[in-house]
Amino acid sequence: MDYFLSEEQEMIVETAREITDERIIPARAELDEKHEFPRAILNEMAQADLFAVPIPEEYGGFGGGCIDNVLALEQLGRGCVGVGTAFAASALGIYPILIAGSDEMKSKYLPDVASGAKFAAFGLTEANAGSDASGIRTTAVPDGDEWVINGTKQWITNGGEAQIYTIVAITDRSRGARGASMFVVEEGDAGFTCGPKEKKMGIRASSTTELIFKDCRIPKDRLIGRLGTGFITVMKTLDSSRPGIAALGLGLAQGALDEAASYAKQRVQFGKPIISFQAVQHLLADMAIQLEAARALVYGAARHIDAHPKDMTKVSSMCKVFATDVAMKVAVDAVQVMGGYGFMSEYPVEKMMRDAKILQIYEGTNQIQRNVIGQELNKEYSRS
Amino acid sequence: MKIIVCVKQVPDAKDVRLDPKTNTLAREGVQSIMNPYDQHALEEAVRLKDELGAEVTVLTMGPPQAEDVLRQSIACGADHGVLVSDRAFAGADTWATSYTLAQAIDFLGGADLVLCGKQAIDGDTAQVGPGLAMRLDMPFITCIQKVREADASGLVAERMMDDGYDVVAVDYPVLLTVVKDLNTPRVPSLKGKMRAKKAQFQVLSAADIGADPSLIGLAGSPTQVVRVFPPKPRGERTVLTGDMDEQVSELARRLNAYLQ
Repeated sequence: MDYFLSEEQEMIVETAREITDERIIPARAELDEKHEFPRAILNEMAQADLFAVPIPEEYGGFGGGCIDNVLALEQLGRGCVGVGTAFAASALGIYPILIAGSDEMKSKYLPDVASGAKFAAFGLTEANAGSDASGIRTTAVPDGDEWVINGTKQWITNGGEAQIYTIVAITDRSRGARGASMFVVEEGDAGFTCGPKEKKMGIRASSTTELIFKDCRIPKDRLIGRLGTGFITVMKTLDSSRPGIAALGLGLAQGALDEAASYAKQRVQFGKPIISFQAVQHLLADMAIQLEAARALVYGAARHIDAHPKDMTKVSSMCKVFATDVAMKVAVDAVQVMGGYGFMSEYPVEKMMRDAKILQIYEGTNQIQRNVIGQELNKEYSRS
Repeated sequence: MKIIVCVKQVPDAKDVRLDPKTNTLAREGVQSIMNPYDQHALEEAVRLKDELGAEVTVLTMGPPQAEDVLRQSIACGADHGVLVSDRAFAGADTWATSYTLAQAIDFLGGADLVLCGKQAIDGDTAQVGPGLAMRLDMPFITCIQKVREADASGLVAERMMDDGYDVVAVDYPVLLTVVKDLNTPRVPSLKGKMRAKKAQFQVLSAADIGADPSLIGLAGSPTQVVRVFPPKPRGERTVLTGDMDEQVSELARRLNAYLQ
């Protein structure tokens, strides 16, 4: 379907497609098998200005919005959600600075992320704070001209690979939701280390580690925005980033459909290519219908979000849930169409099915997203 | 430092057809691309620019639509594009082409380094690079697989040979023709594409470069294409099977039969 992309948007798609087809797809199986961080590919993406897409022009970026980021991520997701996640997590890591940081902070960090000279990461989750962010134990205590941070973040994407980390810490437990603040921690800050890489079911090209803070001292000016606005910044960050996860889902579903359909054309059983059998056609048709519906929702949501509407949270959650549930279903069905071959790691749909699962879990599980949508609906209908 | 990269627009090799009447390549409706070897020459120029600071000009001879490869070059990091275009250039062989490009390079004030692809994938002659160097009275090294080091006065490069490679040190000016092992061409950047979209190109005619009409185009081309034809398909091939001893005896039996 034609989504009436602008000339600049077509350029973004073309660039991301080229990186995906020429660099990611040939490398993805090996990256997955070796749990290898795709530094060389990310450097090429940086050189092609893809990291610059969501960053304003005054900070060396391309000045794109949510839709532009979605278009890039969709292509990357078609190749490998592991690589796409490493890329997306860098944008996620700088959203708090973009949303709440001072001009000085933006000037300090954004140009290096736009050029790809530095990667970023976002640290919210802890052992007891996943879906329930109020369980955060990491603390930041002022001491002279510094903040002293203690605690451990868990499952942080780009951990150990990023140079810039935006993290959430409690600055005043008595103030509840207004007692959390966000900070920038840099690689090499005294008292800050990353744990070993986690072993995962999928997205193995991405790095996932703990962030460990032991009397980590950072300068006062690393506070992002005002004291106590951490949770608000987190919510706004996730509102902006969730459509990107939805886009990875679109890409994955497209990749799985492409694999399944071309296999079904070649595979001959009972003297005919299996695509001529209605049972297979219906599987493929449902995959295509759901994918196109998801794409229409994600693009629509991303464009809506770029207008900074009041119902951004609801729309952002809706597109994340729908597109990632579709990605999971399409990946499972792609394996089904390909039968035994689909189950073998020699064919890419096996990895796609493993990769798809995380999309329904990270950046807010799809159950939490439904809670959010439900609560927003509750508010909307109380007003009328 | 001034670098000139010579590039050629060629039909995409994935889609090659011959015009049965003229026996030349059918160009209509065929997607055009930048000659793949030239993409490596351009990448090396941009890499040297990043490393040493240089002005990279991309030069192509061709019809107005050859501007596409200049635009692509700008997107990949070149500074300027020059199109040498004139109906009088039509039908040029490698002799006339190297003369025309040399005239254009002289017109542009010469260069410290001229980079060309080893050959174009349509003609496959590999003559234009060396021919151009002779006309420019410039030393040349063909089939460069690696530039080991380079500075403002010269470079050290590896020339691919059948049985290894030569290491050649040379001062500028020099012309290099390059092979694909040299580097991996970059994916054009978004900012490069934006620049390319707005880029304006200098267009040079035969008169602009002071070309002698008898040395350009068909008139200046001693090569005559008598016939172009697809090669005969190879004969039937047999793959021997079985263990090594069986295969060797079978091969010996067949060779003996052939020799007798």
